[in-house]
Amino acid sequence: MLAAFVGFEIIRRVSPLLHTPLMSLTNALDAIAVVGAIILVGEAKSGLTTALGTIAIVAATSNLVGGFMITDRMLKMFKASSKPKKP
Amino acid sequence: MTTPLVTEQAIEIIYLISATLFILSLKWLSAPATARRGVFAGEIGMILAIGATLLYRGIVDYKWIVIGLVLGTIIGIPLGRVQMTAVPQRTALSHAFGALCVALVGTSEYYLRAPHVPKFMMSVLSMEVILGSLTFTGSLMAAGKLQEILPQRPITYKGQNLVNVSVLAISVAVAVYLVLHPGETRLFPLLIAIPLLFGVLMIIPIGGADMPTVISLLNSYAGLSAAAMGFVIDSKLLIVAGALDGSSGFILSVVMSKAMNRSFTNVLFGAFGQVQASAAAAQEARPVHTATAEEAAAILGAANAVVIVPGYGMAVAQAQHKVRELYDALTKRGVDVKFAIHPVAGRMPGHMNVLLAEADIPYDKLLDMDAINADFPQTDVALVIGANDVTNPAARNDPKSPIYGMPILDVDKARTVMVIKRGMSPGFAGIDNELYYLDKTLMLFGDARAFVGDIVRQLTGEGHG
Repeated sequence: MLAAFVGFEIIRRVSPLLHTPLMSLTNALDAIAVVGAIILVGEAKSGLTTALGTIAIVAATSNLVGGFMITDRMLKMFKASSKPKKP
Repeated sequence: MTTPLVTEQAIEIIYLISATLFILSLKWLSAPATARRGVFAGEIGMILAIGATLLYRGIVDYKWIVIGLVLGTIIGIPLGRVQMTAVPQRTALSHAFGALCVALVGTSEYYLRAPHVPKFMMSVLSMEVILGSLTFTGSLMAAGKLQEILPQRPITYKGQNLVNVSVLAISVAVAVYLVLHPGETRLFPLLIAIPLLFGVLMIIPIGGADMPTVISLLNSYAGLSAAAMGFVIDSKLLIVAGALDGSSGFILSVVMSKAMNRSFTNVLFGAFGQVQASAAAAQEARPVHTATAEEAAAILGAANAVVIVPGYGMAVAQAQHKVRELYDALTKRGVDVKFAIHPVAGRMPGHMNVLLAEADIPYDKLLDMDAINADFPQTDVALVIGANDVTNPAARNDPKSPIYGMPILDVDKARTVMVIKRGMSPGFAGIDNELYYLDKTLMLFGDARAFVGDIVRQLTGEGHG
């Protein structure tokens, strides 16, 4: 709940300029669900959980890798006009 | 016995650090100057969390974990390298993957625990599986529509809302029954199948112009289902990440709905489809003023202040680099050039900003609706490239128009308006645009990229004498 509140406050301040990267970054962070899938697969309790869990790991990891990559690529493109930006 | 305990504590601490890094990551994202640091923080948090999880002592078999991680990376890399114009469908696809992961884990958890699932656990688990499943098919449908594999036009039929609501109600009923009788494993597949169907039904009636709202909404669902999964497997880290994703999706949906003057329910249940036929048929062959690239270049070259209004048409024609050349040519002549970005321009929140940034246009020249509208009366030329409904004055003055009340860019207040457009076809909302018939409006018919290219050639050609 606290996280939702803090998140709310922070995200409200993100400028519309960066809404697309915001979405792709939160998506990448969402891929932390991979943690649950890893434990599920690792505990190897049944064939079903291993199968479903492995697919889950594939899905989440592809989000994780792709999400961070594309967010960074997008952000690299945002440049201020001629004046050098502050460090 | 002490060693595993220590590891356990260490894992918890690392999770806490990761959660903090995630929040910092979003905080840094709020300004372009620190945004990349934000991505970096997110990556560190992620690596720490995954590393810590691999130390978890309950893990007995690593084989499938490694296979999963490697395969996921192989699929993820091309997804991180798509064209900027394809970002909306990529995002929809990643919502689908995220939701798939959550739904699958939820399903596994249920079968591991059944029939002894406490009521609270079963409620969250149902929510996780329902949201995960409907987001999965819903996002796949959205991605299909964006990629134009599926028809973009809204598909509506009589009693559609009734059907949708009933389907959703049935899945909730199944969930309630399972909460009361968690041992009924035969019913569980319904909890997956019905929301899968609902996801499809939900997206069918939605048209291209509503995509920004829908993507945000699906974003929110994906986050909420992940947060629910966090409760199920008792992972605070996942609750935090899910809550962040859920609230960001929610905020974006609200912003998008506001920008279209419609409520959530309106977007979901009241497709523009119904009004289309009548509005498009009413007006035929009204006179418009047209101009050639040469004339347009002359007017632009003589202007002091120009505002460019990009829309989805610019993305489709891949015209952003030509627009950049136009920006350069005009700036060199001392013309003040700005860009006006409507919140729902394009197919996802912030879509136009990313495209223009890709073309190296400085972000401080990209202004959102509230910042730019006051400037239009002092603007010599408003150049509309592939945008339509967001510039339609009917939203301000025609109470009968379906888009009445939607905040628009006041391009009609500029001294001259130029509209680059393929033809007179109405926009995605299917509504005729009054703007095109004004005396001060010049229609420039043609492909956006080719036409802007022609204007640039005229401008630079003149410069050489």
